[in-house]
Amino acid sequence: MSNFRPDHELHQRRRGRNFGLLAVLIGFVALVFLLTVVKVQNGGKVEAFDHTARPSLTTPEGGQ
Amino acid sequence: MSDTSFDSSQTTEASFGDYFALLKPRVMSLVVFTALVGLLVAPGSVHPIEGFAAILFIALGGGASGALNMWYDADIDRIMKRTQKRPIPAGKVTRDEAFAIGIALSCLSVIMLGLASNLVAAGLLAFTIFFYVVIYTMWLKRSTPQNIVIGGAAGAFPPMIGWAVSTGGISIESIMMFAITFFWTPPHFWALALFMKSDYSDAKVPMLTVTHGRRNTRIQIFAYTVLLAALSVGMSFTALNGPVFLATAVVLNLLFIKGAWTILRRNEEQAEGDNYAAERSFFKLSLLYLFLLFTAILADAVLVRMGISLGGWV
Repeated sequence: MSNFRPDHELHQRRRGRNFGLLAVLIGFVALVFLLTVVKVQNGGKVEAFDHTARPSLTTPEGGQ
Repeated sequence: MSDTSFDSSQTTEASFGDYFALLKPRVMSLVVFTALVGLLVAPGSVHPIEGFAAILFIALGGGASGALNMWYDADIDRIMKRTQKRPIPAGKVTRDEAFAIGIALSCLSVIMLGLASNLVAAGLLAFTIFFYVVIYTMWLKRSTPQNIVIGGAAGAFPPMIGWAVSTGGISIESIMMFAITFFWTPPHFWALALFMKSDYSDAKVPMLTVTHGRRNTRIQIFAYTVLLAALSVGMSFTALNGPVFLATAVVLNLLFIKGAWTILRRNEEQAEGDNYAAERSFFKLSLLYLFLLFTAILADAVLVRMGISLGGWV
């Protein structure tokens, strides 16, 4: 469609800003995701009391 | 519809780069580097992703305080030649935008650093932002010639934050890294104030050059340089006792003292005669000084980790 006028400089600047923000947001989401993966992997056992007695949550016999 | 409504010379529509410039990227690079050294030399282990995130959020916090500094100082930035091209005086970003970005990024960086590392690091970052914006920018900068001496603490915190990311605390080593940057700041900024000539007096900022005169500033530069030299070389015999650090500190401090001595012996006529060549060269050397000294701290830590330590001096 060659009838379109070329973008004004203002629109180019605005587009650049929008794409910049998009890149920042994608980067932020990726970083939070990776951080979550690392925290979960290094966080040890993620298990807590959920109103059901489980052997893994009880103190072993003779234990402290 | 005519295109005249979009005359770009009249718009203040900012580009992405203008918003990025609000974060003072050059200052941020110093923050990133010193924080990274603090993180890497600390006797703890941090997952690379956590370390990367921590450094990023420390940098973001530093950038946020830069944006808040530009928000508050917009009036004097318009007057000073050195700062006239900043986004607010250049008319690209409004003061309100800078304030909103500064506050939002400050909160985000502190919260994210707390989540990525620990509360001590996050607390230190929050205090650094507070110190730079409230203590330095809002209070000291316009009220005392000691502005950059005390305010310099804000720029000295990043290695302590990096250290805290790894260890979860503060120790004598991290305080020493703080001290190096703290005592380095006055000669660095006063050299800049000397060759910026009337910038600070035009803006009515009570820099030492304005309140106590340029002669006195030259004396103070020399005094602080000697103090810094004694401190950094002295540190080689305490906790930061690596051989690379000692050798680097001796060479750099000799060069630094030589530069400060040259500045001390010059008067304004001589300085104007060569367009402040000695002052400019001292300023550049000061940047190299901090970079190389922190690189030396890192090099010693790497040698120790690789098991090829040449041994401490103490």
